[in-house]
Amino acid sequence: MVGLTTSFGSGAMSNSMDDVAEKAAAFFVIGSNTTEQHPVFGSRLRQAVLRRGAKLVVADPRRIDLADFAKPAYGGLYLRHRPGTDIVLLIGLMHIILHNGWEDKNFIAGRTEGYEEFAATIEHYPPEKASEITGVPLEQLYQAAEILALNKPMAVIWAMGITQHIVGVRNVMSLANLQMLLGNMGMEGGGVNPLRGQNNVQGACDMGGLPNVYPGYQNVTSEETRLKFEAAWGVSLPDKVGLTLTEMIPACEDGRVRALYILGEDPVMSDPNTSHIRHCLERCEFLVLQEIFPSETSAYADILLPGVSFAEKTGTFTSTERRIQMCRKAIEPLGETRPDWQITTEIAKRIIALGERDMRPAPHSGWDYNDTSDIMSEISAVTPSYAGVSHARLEAGERLQWPVKGPDHPGTPVLHVGQFTRGKGKFAPIDHIPPAELPDDEFPVLLSTGRVLYHWHGGQMTRRAKGLMGVYGRALVEVNPEDAARWNAKDGTHLRVTSRRGSIEVEAWVTDRVPPGMVFANFHFPETSANILTHASLDPVAKIPEYKIVAVRVEAV
Amino acid sequence: MPVHLTINDKPVQAHEGQTVLEAACAHGIVIPTLCYHKDLSPVGSCRLCIVEVDKLRGQVAACNLPVAEGLVVHTETPALVQSRRTVLSLLLQNYTDAGYTSHDGHTTEFEHWVRYYEARLPDGTSPAPRYPLDGDPNPFIWVDLNKCILCTRCVRACEEVQGRFVWGVGERGSYTRIIAGADTAMLEARCESCGACAAYCPTGALDHKLSIRQGEADRKVTTTCTYCGVGCQFDLNVKNGKVIRVTSNPNAPVNGMHLCVKGRYGYDFIHHPDRLTGPRVRRYLLEEGEKVLHGPAWDWVETDWNTALDITARKLAATRDHYGGSSIGVLTSAKCLNEENYLMNKLARQVLGTHNIDHCARL
Repeated sequence: MVGLTTSFGSGAMSNSMDDVAEKAAAFFVIGSNTTEQHPVFGSRLRQAVLRRGAKLVVADPRRIDLADFAKPAYGGLYLRHRPGTDIVLLIGLMHIILHNGWEDKNFIAGRTEGYEEFAATIEHYPPEKASEITGVPLEQLYQAAEILALNKPMAVIWAMGITQHIVGVRNVMSLANLQMLLGNMGMEGGGVNPLRGQNNVQGACDMGGLPNVYPGYQNVTSEETRLKFEAAWGVSLPDKVGLTLTEMIPACEDGRVRALYILGEDPVMSDPNTSHIRHCLERCEFLVLQEIFPSETSAYADILLPGVSFAEKTGTFTSTERRIQMCRKAIEPLGETRPDWQITTEIAKRIIALGERDMRPAPHSGWDYNDTSDIMSEISAVTPSYAGVSHARLEAGERLQWPVKGPDHPGTPVLHVGQFTRGKGKFAPIDHIPPAELPDDEFPVLLSTGRVLYHWHGGQMTRRAKGLMGVYGRALVEVNPEDAARWNAKDGTHLRVTSRRGSIEVEAWVTDRVPPGMVFANFHFPETSANILTHASLDPVAKIPEYKIVAVRVEAV
Repeated sequence: MPVHLTINDKPVQAHEGQTVLEAACAHGIVIPTLCYHKDLSPVGSCRLCIVEVDKLRGQVAACNLPVAEGLVVHTETPALVQSRRTVLSLLLQNYTDAGYTSHDGHTTEFEHWVRYYEARLPDGTSPAPRYPLDGDPNPFIWVDLNKCILCTRCVRACEEVQGRFVWGVGERGSYTRIIAGADTAMLEARCESCGACAAYCPTGALDHKLSIRQGEADRKVTTTCTYCGVGCQFDLNVKNGKVIRVTSNPNAPVNGMHLCVKGRYGYDFIHHPDRLTGPRVRRYLLEEGEKVLHGPAWDWVETDWNTALDITARKLAATRDHYGGSSIGVLTSAKCLNEENYLMNKLARQVLGTHNIDHCARL
């Protein structure tokens, strides 16, 4: 998100899934296992290849399912590059594009800045060098560059495979560079399309669930913005950026953070380096957890407040393509549970009633909401990109993708048409930095982590779904046949995977999905969670952990 | 280019490339269908959508008949009714219904047309079931080939919607049946359990296993999925306050009829017995003792909302007042509503005075 904001002025998916699936002449899928992580969109990509001949280039160290559709018979190509070499791969491709004169000169001249400085850095990685570093054969680099450059519009699609690196922001900005170079921005069938993981991760970001921005990505460090929210809420507000999740929990260790209020998150399962997270949570003086299930994190909670599932409340979610949609209550909250917005409202009211913080009457200082529609009215009043969003419009069947600039504005299916949000698109010179923890003599195998089709994140929901457990009831680690032979492992053999942080025992799945020297594990099951092994090396700007590259040792148990 | 034709004496404007069936549909004229579905390529095999066209001999399948200027079409003549009754009666000869869905309140497309055209078997005949009920170990897809009429909508749905090619048609003559892969179990044939085949099946031969014998829904509520960021919509089917199945809603903006295994079949966590149903606090908080992370003081005590909320507010306020707002961290949730995330942002900033708010976007 930070990367795209720097390049274009907006951090969201630029296009809609429908225009990408229907109108792109080619797709470049890099670091997204689309058919397992965004299955319905993944199946539309398959259909685009099969039914209308769209060309698909997949770049992924793992031979994911979508790689079957990225083959020369369909006019596409699968590139298996080494983990952590995305920037070199992209620069190598752009080098070939430039040297063939395939760049979109009009677009570059009219809509971008910083091109000269950027173009100079491309020369650092000629194709031969890029091939050597990435492990992708030279002729494949040339073929891929040709497919991507000569089929227009071309849509770039990615997910956590690009971002969960210490160079996550640089990776994203490199993809932005590629799309500006080819003039694929601001048109249907093109664009930069990061697929958001959780159903409402886009909305949580939009609503100011971030330490650096108020709702609608209004900076907390901007005085104008601060004054606006001080006037809206009737309080004085700090002007410094807060802590990210990956900083906040470790800050419990030295007492910089003493209390946590956690809504619907399970850091013990989903954060890097589980044992350190457990240690930090033990140090936290007061932890309130609002959840639907007792989780791994609830062992450290002082208070558990029972919230409800999506079936028990009404409000809105915002999807990866910035589409705001209704979530509707189907059943009454179970037992004594309450919708989460009511719980938060009660806590706020009680803290305010205790006094001690200067508050003055202001248009939105109060906490009296009859329903979530009232809350949406307040959101639209303080959030320019949601200015025209209301439950009434959604219930009337309107289809809205932000920015929705007013009550009569139809929403914005494609961003950056004619002009970027920030004015000109900004080319950024990007250099390659190797991953933080590469395999060595002691930990010679590279571990990458992620999710599987049948489970969701920390697994609190899907481990409680009978059928899903029937198909995938325990964690498996993907192991290449060559390595399996070396470790004397077959399907189902118990392997011990050890990193500098910890160790898990997990069953092998022998498959050429992973290349030799690499294993892949998930974090759906507490005892065998890959996050026991991962480390908290962060991207310096986005503060995202490098989940995709961890050095481990593997042995049969 | 507009094309003008007449259907049942009504002038109809269509456009070039449409079929007579599509033109009729667009004008609210119902032509019965079984093997046809608007999302799938037409095969014209069931012969239920036959129509009569002036100056054309015989009865032609509307799903494969392109519109043409001046065409005069009849969709419901006595001869067509008779032919359809015959088509349906023939299908009934290889169809047996064990009755397990008789209380689910859902009439399949096949049952509907059988009743509508009063099709029945010749007197004194009753076909015997030829296949096992629940014929595949897939935990989500119910297979009952006794109800299969070989319309191949499942085969096309798997190919043209999911792109997985699990289903095919095997054997010959009266032994013809749909098979998964090389006649294996569905999962062995690389099925991803998306349920598209069951969603498109017009007879219930393929159905949602978790919902079999769950009865009739009191109501359906259209909502948005709780799993990934694609934003699929579907209908939660509710009976007695319980979600008993998920059905596709063809009007869903992003996904239409399509869903994935988690969206369609991953809903039973909602009613799982592990659900937290009341607030809990650690005993030390009620006794106003010191915090220790073990022993009886650390035991959970079920309490009322007032107590839990009061302690929460008091503790958070005290931390803020003693150590400043920056000593509190707030984690909001990418699983919760926009409105809830907005309130968490407002609570952190307005009430607690801190920008220490984040969620799992990075994980």
